[in-house]
Amino acid sequence: MMATNELAIQVKGLTKIFKGKKAVDHVDLTIQKGEVFAILGPNGAGKTTTVRMMSTLLKADGGTIEIFGHDARKEAAEVRKHIGLTGQYASVDEDLTAWENLMIFTALNGLNKQEAKAKATQLLEDFTLLEAKDKQIKNFSGGMRRRLDLAVSLIANPPLVFLDEPTTGLDPRTREQMWDVIREMIAKGTTVLLTTQYLEEADQLADHIALIDKGKLVIEGTPDELKREVGELKFIVKFDGNATNAGIALIKEVFDRSSELVINGNEIQVPVENTLQISDFFVKAEQRKIEIKVFSMQKPTLDDVFFKLTEENK
Amino acid sequence: MKNTLKRLTKACRDTLTFAKRSLLKIYHNPEKLFDVTFTPVLFTLMFAYLFGGAIAGDMKNYLPTLIPGILVQSLLTATSATGVQMREDIEKGVFDRFKSLPIARIAPLAGPLVADLVRYLLCTGFVIVTGLILGWHIGGSFVAVILAIILAVFFSWSISWIFAFIGQVITSSAAITGISMTVMMLLTFLSNAFIPVKTLPKFLQAFVNLNPVSHFVTALRDLLNNGAIHSNFWLLLGLSLVIVVIFAPLTTIKYSKTI
Repeated sequence: MMATNELAIQVKGLTKIFKGKKAVDHVDLTIQKGEVFAILGPNGAGKTTTVRMMSTLLKADGGTIEIFGHDARKEAAEVRKHIGLTGQYASVDEDLTAWENLMIFTALNGLNKQEAKAKATQLLEDFTLLEAKDKQIKNFSGGMRRRLDLAVSLIANPPLVFLDEPTTGLDPRTREQMWDVIREMIAKGTTVLLTTQYLEEADQLADHIALIDKGKLVIEGTPDELKREVGELKFIVKFDGNATNAGIALIKEVFDRSSELVINGNEIQVPVENTLQISDFFVKAEQRKIEIKVFSMQKPTLDDVFFKLTEENK
Repeated sequence: MKNTLKRLTKACRDTLTFAKRSLLKIYHNPEKLFDVTFTPVLFTLMFAYLFGGAIAGDMKNYLPTLIPGILVQSLLTATSATGVQMREDIEKGVFDRFKSLPIARIAPLAGPLVADLVRYLLCTGFVIVTGLILGWHIGGSFVAVILAIILAVFFSWSISWIFAFIGQVITSSAAITGISMTVMMLLTFLSNAFIPVKTLPKFLQAFVNLNPVSHFVTALRDLLNNGAIHSNFWLLLGLSLVIVVIFAPLTTIKYSKTI
């Protein structure tokens, strides 16, 4: 057991009900200090709702949230001193310049003029926005906007930062830039809780991932643990009708995990641990004259993962 | 006690920061002042030339009646804009960040409304100057004019708190705009803002005399044209205060609870 003072976030039995529907349903999460924790899930899974409750924007209908040992409901003001939040929608002002936005938020964070100027300059430098400081945000690209938004949430040097879908809607190149920015933040020791729809993003950034679906925590673990659970490559092959039995026999002979194969008429699916076994399969099929009609490889999508795991849940 | 004072100072400072934010928005988008500059001038000109002759014999005779009336109409129409804007910002998630900051809850709401004072001042200035250019004579003293401006701005400001509250209750900004337009149109036209009440049928006179907008117009007319302070003035000042005292906390509570 970790000592409580090592915990950044401890959530127990967290529940939120919207119009009789459970948006978040008895979720338990434990996040260590200095950790990057990703909440992964499809649209409408309850990720944002969970983050909003943790960041004191929304009251929970059940369960407890402790941020650095402070109750998010009873000590909301204290919690707010320790967190930074970057929401799904940039809350920097479109009409204002980057500099003006930073001046407003530094003032709201209680910095005096001199401190504010130093902080704003440093943040603009860190996020490579110094040249664009006098540009209105409406003339910023999507990536610049997100970066400024992130910069704003770091003004008070919060030890815990919430990033709600930091890269949704960004093109792949900008997404990678954003990842670099987040990595630098992580390197400085900030605890980060991020939500994402992208398995890859969670994999790239997070130490721990929690999968959420329909408000429920489906599985939690390190990226490796999760990948072992769901990240398998599938080999799908369709035999000529007469060759099906011989084909199945060959698959059972060649693939390590043939006990998990799925037979659907003359179409067979098998999980692949070792890709060499696929070439082995083709060589032997050629030798034994087993006729193959079609074949394909399938990497499971996040949907497959959820499908599989939610099926198991039932 | 010391803590309360500290919190109050912080609340004021945060409010002023939000007011600055709103003023910067106006600075970058001066067209946002359209409804308190161009529109009132246009309406003053239109009403003066269109109805001056019919109502008062000629345009100049109509000005002492019209200018306070058009001022009230322009101000009241401008009071809903900020409430609507706040609703839209909340929908867009702009307020999420504010809620996660260690700031006074009232500040994000009060700030834009404080910035509105500038809008109301501008509006008042534009209408008065247009009146003067058309040949209107201010009968009241300098002090009376200042009092009229204070009353005009403060009463409008209190009404804008009502709309800020409505913005927290009604979730569609289009609906708020629609409702406010209709209500303000009814209240300003069914008042003494543009016409002598005597010409109206009895049942309408009863309504017009009850209508707070009529009292507002009368108070401004007394001050601007005659430099007189009647009970109306104190009544409206009191009413404004009551509205703010009720609706500012109510709006803040509703805002803290929603979403």
